[in-house]
Amino acid sequence: MHIVVCVKQVPDTKIIKINPKTNTLDRRSAPAILNPYDAHAVQEAVKLKQALGQGKISVLSMGPPQATEVIKKSIEIGADEGYLISDRAFAGADTLATSYALSKALEKIAAKHPIDIVICGKHAIDGDTGQVGPGIARRMDIPPITNVIEVTKFDKENRIILVKRKLTNGYEELEVQLPCLLTVEKEINQIAYSPLPNMIRAARYKPNIWSVGDLEAVDKAQLGLKGSPTVVGKMFTPPKLDGGKLLEGAVDEQVKQLIEVLSERKELLNVK
Amino acid sequence: MIEEYRGVWVFIEQSDGEIAGVSKELLGAGSKLAEKLDVPLAGVLLGEGIRELSSQVIGYGADIVYLIDHPVLKHYRTESYMKGVNFLAEKYKPEIFLYGATPNGKDLASAVATDLSTGLTADTTMLDVDIDKRLLEASRPAFGGNIMATILCKKNRPQMATVRPKVMKALSFDESRQGKIIEEEIVLNEEDMRTKVINIVKDVTKKANLADAHVIVCGGKGLGDAEGFKLIHELANTIGASVGGTRDVIEAGWLPHELQIGQTGETVTPKIYFAIGVSGAIQHVVGMKNSELIIAINNDPNAPIFEVATYGIVGDAHEVVPKLIEQVKQLRVEQGGEVSYV
Ligand SMILES: Cc1cc2nc3c(=O)[nH]c(=O)nc-3n(C[C@H](O)[C@H](O)[C@H](O)COP(=O)(O)OP(=O)(O)OC[C@H]3O[C@@H](n4cnc5c(N)ncnc54)[C@H](O)[C@@H]3O)c2cc1C
Repeated sequence: MHIVVCVKQVPDTKIIKINPKTNTLDRRSAPAILNPYDAHAVQEAVKLKQALGQGKISVLSMGPPQATEVIKKSIEIGADEGYLISDRAFAGADTLATSYALSKALEKIAAKHPIDIVICGKHAIDGDTGQVGPGIARRMDIPPITNVIEVTKFDKENRIILVKRKLTNGYEELEVQLPCLLTVEKEINQIAYSPLPNMIRAARYKPNIWSVGDLEAVDKAQLGLKGSPTVVGKMFTPPKLDGGKLLEGAVDEQVKQLIEVLSERKELLNVK
Repeated sequence: MIEEYRGVWVFIEQSDGEIAGVSKELLGAGSKLAEKLDVPLAGVLLGEGIRELSSQVIGYGADIVYLIDHPVLKHYRTESYMKGVNFLAEKYKPEIFLYGATPNGKDLASAVATDLSTGLTADTTMLDVDIDKRLLEASRPAFGGNIMATILCKKNRPQMATVRPKVMKALSFDESRQGKIIEEEIVLNEEDMRTKVINIVKDVTKKANLADAHVIVCGGKGLGDAEGFKLIHELANTIGASVGGTRDVIEAGWLPHELQIGQTGETVTPKIYFAIGVSGAIQHVVGMKNSELIIAINNDPNAPIFEVATYGIVGDAHEVVPKLIEQVKQLRVEQGGEVSYV
């Protein structure tokens, strides 16, 4: 069983703060981290491998050379091997160009060792699109199953898995033939503490780094900025809404005014 | 060439014989774009036994319904729906194609964009068109600031976007509207499908409650700590409201993540929305600004939330909210009819 997890290095948006007065990003204390959803994706691969009692986990990332850090982090969680595709030609890629580049790397990984499952995080917290996972699946012509919250059964003989997929109001259970691609939600698992040997291995681990030239049959027109149909047109502050009425007077007076407003709609309030 | 592509399309999400709210909203938003571009608006309707829904799609604003009715399309699956949608898009060539930013809408749009090799903008909250260039201007909160970014797709067609539920307005239903139904047939075999839907489980817990709630009390980081946040629950309990939180509150662990309101959480449009100790970052505001009445309580008079609020109180939440609770308790509510909160 060969599971490949696609991971991305992102700025830690938990720590990044937006200064509400200047509307700009406060980058002073924003370290780069493994996208939290991708950490759960790696963890799920580890869980599946443990449940099956065998298998190999590879991780793949696209990014600048520093992105080797997130591959090391994945090794710490329990991945066996890591690949980084890093090249100027990939820069500025939107989701279409990203899924193309990653699928070319997956092709190369699969040539050595066929892939049974690809796992991605539901989305990356910097772009929030969730479009790359399904894009990769289409390019590999395998079914994408997005928003997975549980892998309930793994039927090795018949090469079928049973998964729960989150919907707007509830979830659905799907039976999926391998190979397939899953994108996972955070609730699918809890990140376990990394055992010491993993940490030692991760510290010493040197990921395989590929440039465009290392990939086979790449159409360069589909890479990076050139291969990206979407562009940012303009940036603007959101239009002002017609709010802004500050109540006046002492706190008691303000609360009283508010109560008057609320009492006009008291049918909505179920006061206990 | 891209001039061959004409018309605005909306993917119509349906389940159990009902059209999703977001699809009606998109027909409303799409009709404005279609009018500006002087082209028809079309709804794309796939499923099993869904022909009758066509008249609804028209009643909510479509001029054309592209319909594929097939047993294999009974439940949404990427592989079957994608085949149908790709077929229609390749045959009829729309210039703009909108989807709801729901689990299924996002899933389908991502697959279709890859197959059609075109641009897709995620989680849009504003839509417009550049009439001269016939460009869709799909805007969303940008990463890295209280700022919006407009995304364009200049050279590829169709121009696609997923749109957040509850930010666009549906037209009121017009039974007398006329439209054209174009039914297509495609070959789909169940044996070729690599996925099977075994079971669909509807869940009407907290999250669904939040989306449908008439009154929401949302607390932010300004409450100080988990102990301070209890004030939010207390106010909500007093008035029978649902509780929500900002992302910072969820991350602090004061509330479960399904109660997050904003760009990466729920979009809500209650009749009354209390924002208490909430700064009003754009990622939060896009998820609540369409609420009917917004009341903000914040001790910083310059907090951006006051720009969104219908009424604002500048003050310490720990002082204002207990007073509010006390006075609200004195409001006599006639319990004659139904209780209208969820
Ligand atoms: C990609 C991305 C996605 C995001 N998605 C979301 C999302 O979906 N939802 C979301 O909410 N955020 C989201 N955010 C985060 C968002 O940018 C803000 O950081 C967050 O909304 C701030 O939460 P807050 O208002 O609770 O906290 P703060 O910004 O810390 O604001 C606290 C407020 O409380 C006030 N205050 C302090 N003490 C008191 C007191 N005693 N009484 C009254 N007021 C007081 C302060 O004046 C301040 O205005 C996202 C950010 C990014 C980068």
